Amino acid sequence: MKKLKFLIPLAVFLGLVGFLLVGLGLNPREVPSPLIGKPAPAFDLPRLDDPAQRVRTQDLHGKVWMLNVWASWCAACRDEHPLLVEMARRKIVPIYGLDYKDSRAAGLQTLSRFGDPYVVSLFDADGRVGIDWGVYGVPETFIIDKAGVIRMKHIGPLTPDVVRDKIEPLVRQLNG
Amino acid sequence: MARWIVILTLALLAGWTQAKEAAPAAADPVLEARMQRIALELRCLVCQNQTIADSNAELAVDLRNQVREMISRGDSDQMIIDYMTARYGDFVLYRPPLKGTTLVLWFGPAVLLLGGLATLYVVLRRRNRLSPDQFEPDPDDQTPAMPTPAATATRTTRPHD
Repeated sequence: MKKLKFLIPLAVFLGLVGFLLVGLGLNPREVPSPLIGKPAPAFDLPRLDDPAQRVRTQDLHGKVWMLNVWASWCAACRDEHPLLVEMARRKIVPIYGLDYKDSRAAGLQTLSRFGDPYVVSLFDADGRVGIDWGVYGVPETFIIDKAGVIRMKHIGPLTPDVVRDKIEPLVRQLNG
Repeated sequence: MARWIVILTLALLAGWTQAKEAAPAAADPVLEARMQRIALELRCLVCQNQTIADSNAELAVDLRNQVREMISRGDSDQMIIDYMTARYGDFVLYRPPLKGTTLVLWFGPAVLLLGGLATLYVVLRRRNRLSPDQFEPDPDDQTPAMPTPAATATRTTRPHD
């Protein structure tokens, strides 16, 4: 045992290297959301295409759905947009949009130009609902289960890998 | 002419003082000070090494407005901090709470420092107990036991060395 004492500094060093290696792989932009496993924050918002109609959180109870936070001014949203259109075409999960801090005209124009993957787009002009959902970097995507609990959050544009490896299995599991 | 310069200067100065006073007068200074104090505790998630008091990101502006609104509604500081952590997690706090998941964060550096100091102490004390002949002689040390530079020089030039 005493002979192995010279290995202690090496062990300490390797421990530090371990921490630093993990730290290198982490993305500081991806802050874990405290909302996962919690009931989705309530909202009562007008539709983007029709201010007279409102959508409330309880309207969505009883089904698995996806909330995608987007805006016409958000360049990364445009990157993920074709993927959302593809998801809607394959009917993986009903996608609800949250048009965050946008103007109605610009939002509608974006949808007519690039296609509309959303069942409904909600219009959050002042970003208040965005704050309630802990949104800090558009685009963000949430998966909500039948009981209205947030099960997953993805920060930044969706990628085919995320959809295939995380969203699809999760939705299947929640629906099954 | 001189009178005109004086009048012009005064007119300009009047405009300047007015402009300086306009900003703080717009809002309640007590509320503003409290908002500022709370905002200094909160991290802006868009520009992560700034507080929401320092940042001009849109989210920081929104969150400052949210803090203002909650203050004027009569919420306590703790309620505002809780509101933010419920949405953005402990990461928004510049002084994260002490709990299981933050133990390494709080005490890691101190443990490393104390460990290093303890190791240094042990090593130095052990070295202090060693007898002098365990150490290599210091080349700069001009003790009589050491050959003088001249002697070294002659020795190295000895042909059969």
